[in-house]
Amino acid sequence: MEKLVFDPRILMASLYVFALAAFLGYQIISRVPPLLHTPLMSATNALSAISVVGAIVMAGRENHHSISTYLGFIAVISASINVVGGFLITDRMLKMFKRDVRVKTADKKGNSK
Amino acid sequence: MNIYIEIIYLAASILFVFGLKGLTHPDSARRGMLLAAAGMTAAIVGTLFHPEIVRYHWIWIGLLIGGVIGAAMSIWMPMTSMPERTALSHAFGALAAALVGIAEYENYGGSMGKLKVGALGFEIMLGCLTFTGSLIAFGKLYGVVKGTPITFKGLNIFNMGLLAVMIGSFIYLAYDPSVAVAFYTMMTLALCFGVLLVIPIGAADMPVVMSLLNSYSGLAAAATGFVLGNNVLIIAGTLDGFSGFILSVLMCRAMNRSINNVLFGAFGSVSHTAADTAIGNMREVTLEDVAVQLAYAKQVVFVPGYGMATAQAQHAVRDLANLLEARGVSVKFGIHPVAGRMPGHMNVLLAEANVPYSVLYEMDQINPDLPRTDVAVVIGANDVVNPDARDNPGSPIAGMPIIEVDRAKSVVVLKRGTGKGFSGLENPLFFKPVTGMLYGDAKSSITGLAQAVREV
Repeated sequence: MEKLVFDPRILMASLYVFALAAFLGYQIISRVPPLLHTPLMSATNALSAISVVGAIVMAGRENHHSISTYLGFIAVISASINVVGGFLITDRMLKMFKRDVRVKTADKKGNSK
Repeated sequence: MNIYIEIIYLAASILFVFGLKGLTHPDSARRGMLLAAAGMTAAIVGTLFHPEIVRYHWIWIGLLIGGVIGAAMSIWMPMTSMPERTALSHAFGALAAALVGIAEYENYGGSMGKLKVGALGFEIMLGCLTFTGSLIAFGKLYGVVKGTPITFKGLNIFNMGLLAVMIGSFIYLAYDPSVAVAFYTMMTLALCFGVLLVIPIGAADMPVVMSLLNSYSGLAAAATGFVLGNNVLIIAGTLDGFSGFILSVLMCRAMNRSINNVLFGAFGSVSHTAADTAIGNMREVTLEDVAVQLAYAKQVVFVPGYGMATAQAQHAVRDLANLLEARGVSVKFGIHPVAGRMPGHMNVLLAEANVPYSVLYEMDQINPDLPRTDVAVVIGANDVVNPDARDNPGSPIAGMPIIEVDRAKSVVVLKRGTGKGFSGLENPLFFKPVTGMLYGDAKSSITGLAQAVREV
């Protein structure tokens, strides 16, 4: 197994990726308006469910102990709940944000005055 | 690792960043998330071709079960339960990260390098404490666990001790990765710590807690990326982690409190006798009076709070706003950042009720407008409009930015009863001469107001 010991060079590269992703995240996310903070939370949550790829390998590979396979299996379930659920509910929320729907509905309801 | 899979992961990372960039504006948000979803699908499909995979049945069954549960939750969960769903999804995300870590340790245990086990330790600690912490947060939001702070004498010291032992076993494990006892001690203590961290936090501080848990679950995924040597995990996890971090900072700023104060202050548990001076009489108003006021106003500002969510009054509010607009009244909504139980909670509820986002104003935008406002209607909000935060330096919430409804020409407060709000603070707004109190369930009050406005 090639990855058991951290090659310091790979660790450094990983830290670079981490630092740059943190910086990028800070730049982008501080520009998200408060209006969309709830969808933002569910969207980033769906994204971090990418740990499903680790879980998939864990559940499918030849493990030394079968307990690892079962743990991987449960991890696949809980991560894919977040993948599917996260993207669907984010879209469901974003669909509701409309610039102006008032004009039409007001015409209908306004007749009552 | 396979170079093609690496290229797919790279593409997925780029699509994720574009997806988040889409969220900077409501018009581009859906398209952005579509890109991100495409990236996710590509990453999952690519992973299925991973050379180490020998058996597929657990993968298919897992994806199927998870997919069905996730789809069912997102289709049938009402929008009012958004905070609960989010808390649950933090729990699932953290659980996945923690389980992958435990499986990795079970598999290789002592043969892992020290640095590798160090990364693994972060993954396990963050994953486990976020898992139990999010479940408690879910319990508080759902009403299974008491919403008020649960605390006991010496809790903070106990927590510190627990934390110290947890970090101690982490260091020991990094020193000698083969000591499984250290690993499982660390895991168990992290599970306990998650519970103890969230239990003493009051329901009104939930926006901060949700953001923090969001951050931790992201960082747990990023730590998984370090352990597995997988960059797309590091990137997506870090984006999630920083998003949660930024949101917690914004929420804390909106309450003028530090994160430490939120986590360890057990706000709302003590009675603040210093601020408990009765300031006069509350003036009760009738539905008809308010209806006339609203109908002949030039500008009306609604300020919603968690009370609107519990009463499910958002659709009734929309109907009333439509009626007023049809009469030529300019209607606006003033949204405080910490109104509700999670960041952006009020915006989602109002959007669900078809209120266009062009009339939803942030606190800083609406405050200069309030002196020109004829009627400000407070719907189930309390602390976020408490003028003591501005005027009384001795108040526990002194310095917290508020929506200054008391600057409006007249204020109507919709409230369930005469009792104090969640924080137990007296709100001088209710005693001001400009303020009229309209008691009752927010939804029936608003529906009644709409009826009365029609008859004006």
